[in-house]
Amino acid sequence: MEQQAGVAVARDVTVEDGVLIRRAQGGDAAAFGRLVERYMRRAYFAALSLVGTREDALDLSQEAFVRAFRARRTIDPERPFYAWLYQILRRLCFNFLRDRRNRRRQLESAGNWLAEEAAQRLEAGPERALERAEAKRRVAAAIERLPAREREVLALKEFEGLTYREIAVLAGIPLGTVMSRLYSARQRLADALEER
Amino acid sequence: MTKNDSSDRERIRALMMAALDGEISPLEERELDAATSGSPELGAEWRRLARVKEITSEMTLKNPPEELWERYWVSVYSRAERGIAWTLLSAGAIVLIAYGLWHAVGELLADVTVPALVRVAIVAVLTGGAILLLSVARERLVMWRRDPYSKEIVR
Repeated sequence: MEQQAGVAVARDVTVEDGVLIRRAQGGDAAAFGRLVERYMRRAYFAALSLVGTREDALDLSQEAFVRAFRARRTIDPERPFYAWLYQILRRLCFNFLRDRRNRRRQLESAGNWLAEEAAQRLEAGPERALERAEAKRRVAAAIERLPAREREVLALKEFEGLTYREIAVLAGIPLGTVMSRLYSARQRLADALEER
Repeated sequence: MTKNDSSDRERIRALMMAALDGEISPLEERELDAATSGSPELGAEWRRLARVKEITSEMTLKNPPEELWERYWVSVYSRAERGIAWTLLSAGAIVLIAYGLWHAVGELLADVTVPALVRVAIVAVLTGGAILLLSVARERLVMWRRDPYSKEIVR
C-alpha cells in the first residue's frame, strides 16, 4: 500500500519521541518539527480515510498538530506521541463529520480519496476489470456512508494495517468492540455490494 | 433464538473478522470452518464478508503531491504562530472596544442633550448584545456537554 511506507517508518520510534517531546517542552520548536515530520503522513492519511477529501484531511491533520504544539507542555514523554495526537485528530474529524454542511460536501466528492487504478487488472479481461471497478466504487461510496466510529475502525484496519490491539489502544475501545464495529461495517459494505 | 445461540453467533462473527484479518489461531480456524460448513446461512455470510475484504484490501488511499510534505511543518508552525497572534489581537481588541464603548455609552447617557429615544436605543442595543452573547455561550456549552464523541476521548 502506498501510504503504509510512511506508517511503517513511523512505528518503531517511540523512544526517540520522548527525547523530542522533552526538547519541544524546553522551547525547541525544531524538535516538535521533527515529530511533525515523523507523523504527518500517518495523521494525514488517518484524516483522509475518515473525512474523504484531501483539503479537509490536510487542514484537520495540521490543526491536530497545531493543537498538540500549543499543548506540548502537557504531553507525557513516556507515552507514545502518536496515540496522544490521534485523540486530538479523531475528535477534530468526528466533529467535522457531524457538521451537516461538511457531510454534504464530502458526499459530493465520493471516492476521491482513493487512489485511481486506471490500468486495473486488464490482464483479467476488460469485463472483469469493469466489474471490479464498479464493486470498488460501491464499496467506496458505502464507506463514506458508514457511521464515523465504524469508518474509523475499518480505516485503521484496512488502510493503516493495524492489529486489533493497536486499534483498540488508538480508538480507546475494548478489543471486542473493535471486532463488532468491523463486523457491522463490513456487513454494511456487503449490503451495498448486493444492492441492485 | 436462545442466549447461547446468540453468543455462539457473536463468537463465530468475531472469528470471521479474525480470519479475514489474519488474527486467527489454527484452533479457531478449525472452529470457524466447522461452523461455516455446518450452516448454509453462516457459510453465505462468510462468503459475503470475504468478498468485501477482498475488495477493501485492494483499495489504497490517494497520495497527495510530494510538495505538500515539504511545506507541512512550516504550515503547522505558521498556523500555531498566527493562532497566538490572533489570540493577542482579539484579546486586546475586545478590551479596547469594551473600554471605548463603556466611556462612549457613559458619556452619551450622561449627556442631557441626547434625546431619550436615542438613550433607550443604546440601552436596547447593549442589552440585546449581552443576551446574544450569553445565548451563544450557553449553546456552545450545551453542545460541548452533549458531544457524542467527547466521552471517547482520553487525554
